Amino acid sequence: MIRLERRPTPSRLWSGISPLVAVVLTMVAGGLMFAALGKDPFEALRTIFWDPIFGEFAWYFRGQLLIKAGPLILIAVGLAMGFRAGIWNIGAEGQYIVGALCGAAAGLAFYPAETRLIFPLMIVAGALGGFLWAMIPALLKVRFGTNEILVSLMLVYVAENLLASAAVGWLRNPESSGFPGSRNLSRWEASANLEIWADTGIHWGVVAAVVAVIFAQVMLTRHLMGFQIRLAGSAPRAARFAGVVPGRLVVVCLGLAGVLAGMAGLFEVTGPAGQISIDFASGYGFTAIIVAFLGRLNPLGIVAAGLLMALTYVGGDNAAGNLGLPAAAISAFQGMLLFFLLAIDVLTNFRVRMGRGVAA
Amino acid sequence: MANDDVSFTVARGGIHALLGENGAGKSTLVKTIYGLVKPDAGTMRLSGAPFAPEDPRAARTAGVAMVFQHFSLFEALSVAENVGLGMENPPGQRDLSRRIREVSQAYGLPLDPERLVGDLSAGERQRVEIVRCLLQDPKLLIMDEPTSVLTPQEVAILFATLRKLASEGTSILYISHKLEEIRALCDAATILRGGKVVGACDPRTTSAADMAEQMVGAAFKAPTSRGGAPGAPVLQVADLSLPPMSQFGTPLRQVSLTLRAGEVLGIGGVAGNGQDELLSALSGERLSTPGAVTLEGRDVSRLRPTERRRAGLLCAPEERLGHSAAPDMSLTENAAMTGADRKGMLRAGFLDWSAARGFAEDIIARFDVRTPGPHVAARSLSGGNLQKFVIGREVLQDPRVLVVNQPTWGVDAAAAAAIRQALLDLAAGGAGVIVISQDLDELLEISDRFAALNEGRLGEPVPTATLTMERIGLMLGGAHDLEAAS
Repeated sequence: MIRLERRPTPSRLWSGISPLVAVVLTMVAGGLMFAALGKDPFEALRTIFWDPIFGEFAWYFRGQLLIKAGPLILIAVGLAMGFRAGIWNIGAEGQYIVGALCGAAAGLAFYPAETRLIFPLMIVAGALGGFLWAMIPALLKVRFGTNEILVSLMLVYVAENLLASAAVGWLRNPESSGFPGSRNLSRWEASANLEIWADTGIHWGVVAAVVAVIFAQVMLTRHLMGFQIRLAGSAPRAARFAGVVPGRLVVVCLGLAGVLAGMAGLFEVTGPAGQISIDFASGYGFTAIIVAFLGRLNPLGIVAAGLLMALTYVGGDNAAGNLGLPAAAISAFQGMLLFFLLAIDVLTNFRVRMGRGVAA
Repeated sequence: MANDDVSFTVARGGIHALLGENGAGKSTLVKTIYGLVKPDAGTMRLSGAPFAPEDPRAARTAGVAMVFQHFSLFEALSVAENVGLGMENPPGQRDLSRRIREVSQAYGLPLDPERLVGDLSAGERQRVEIVRCLLQDPKLLIMDEPTSVLTPQEVAILFATLRKLASEGTSILYISHKLEEIRALCDAATILRGGKVVGACDPRTTSAADMAEQMVGAAFKAPTSRGGAPGAPVLQVADLSLPPMSQFGTPLRQVSLTLRAGEVLGIGGVAGNGQDELLSALSGERLSTPGAVTLEGRDVSRLRPTERRRAGLLCAPEERLGHSAAPDMSLTENAAMTGADRKGMLRAGFLDWSAARGFAEDIIARFDVRTPGPHVAARSLSGGNLQKFVIGREVLQDPRVLVVNQPTWGVDAAAAAAIRQALLDLAAGGAGVIVISQDLDELLEISDRFAALNEGRLGEPVPTATLTMERIGLMLGGAHDLEAAS
């Protein structure tokens, strides 16, 4: 009989090592899955985790790693602020799409002007778009007490439809002779979000992610707003007593997440994606939720988690290409990571007792 | 060591008192009996049979029930659902509700099984716990600080309940700091200090002072009132009305009061008569209509908690864990929670954590908070120590007006005396103090004037010197649930 017994105080040890244990368990379970698919599990794991960093083509993959990790970290940091305060924004994907749409539209309005002022303007427009999209669930929650989980999630589907209509309609490239998709922003000098150093993968989105991590870390540990976020998440009633205005916190947390997600969308559409297209939404907004929790809602942890998650993407692509692993297997592999993390998390607050005992 | 070589015997049908200061080891001892803590050495026998419970379930099965000081209830569930969760084999909801009504009537503890626990006052929540125990038909009932939230009339009812249980053969282990109560109720007492038994006595024939001395190890200082003439009004409340916080809450109805500098105003009343609502209206957690709350001539009715604090109006709510303090945060963080503004910890929105730590250390030192240091989580402190910290945090911010709700609930005699003295000193320094409490002895001891809160209405304050227990009973009169159900 296995029993769970509540610990008197949360275990610091387990809180620290549970992400590592989760990664190891994911490798074991993933390896079994790959074996069941008829692939050599060791080769598959090596292709996913080792080759992109140390293999023959690492020079290429390392850049890809930062290109994937950048938006994940940027979005996850914003989400983590809300999650720390008990505000559950599940709709970062929507804020990411709308940020990209607004930023792209603001830039394309000036096409084909050639001035370096356009890119900063697009960043602001992207941030504003994400912010406004996030304000919909925020204000509905503050004003009418609606559930931000549902509203933010539903707005993802609205945003996806906006994206489709933009790609085939109001943002379509007039010179594309009927093909859907906007003008290529990464090939227009005024809007291109190019690598700052060639072949490093470091574009302005990666820089923004680093800035956001530092900003969030300082805010959480040093600033009154960060203290209020932690207080509201830890003891909501005490937070109100201390003077935290719950509505204001909802607006700040959702707004911040919206700004960062919107910027991530803008950096993506002007860089790696290059244009507004029907399949622009790639799920970064949802994966960032996993990244936020994998990083224990801690900005520095999120950096590590974002890089790890990017590795499973890049390595997964690599494995799909070289070993013929189905893409669904890679998705399942990523899902396992979150599953094991949440399962192992139980050990922070509970300990497992083996042996005699009555069923609970 | 929490307990060292402790021996005592509770007679069948006896009411046995367990006395001791905070940290004397009472909690550890009863947790051992209830199966929450395993002893390193020693034996227990229940009704003659060896008794070594693996866990609380085993203890309950053997016939031990316990009413905790901190309630273990789910706020989102009804009374009946909560009672059912604590039982080994709960009957159906309808049957359970009927039995709750029966037991609560038989023992004079009125309770509506359908109400949500979240809407109950502390006093009513305690009844849920007691009724839950009684439904288990226990051989030994452990009660930890049961009267802290009751009026004299309710205490009388509870005592009648306990005596009735004892006469039916149930043994009762009764933990309290209220020595007069123990003298009135218990027929034996074991006194603990520093984890050891330091004495045993028959409380019916031993004076309260004697027991207190054994408990503390030295005579403790009783608070002294100054009786100086009060100064100018510092806080005025005029026609304050507020709708209830929830469906079952109590609305405030045209509450008016004037608090003068240097005065302690005591507000008594049965739990659930608007105490929480009054505190939240004064703290700024809930805003009121303009002109309702005036601090030193300034209308603060529309100001939020932070702004009211800046203006000099400070509060300490009843519930320590989760309301006046954040349980999982450190004492340093809890010190910053309300002290950031007035203690100069803010520089352009950034918190100066070393200043916060200094403030926390100051509170710990000046209010004798027993803790390893300001880095520990608030939840690891005992009730009395955390309460000293919370009261100290507000007092040391030098408020113009301090409003406290149940300042000494569940706090041992020495700590309660220290807290009361701090409140008196604050008033002597020229601040106005409002003490909301269900402990009438406390109110009579420290307040200059006394008013009763009854169904959200505040009576006219009268000078405490003119009061008797009987008169107070009348002032609280009409308060619900006072007469024993029969």
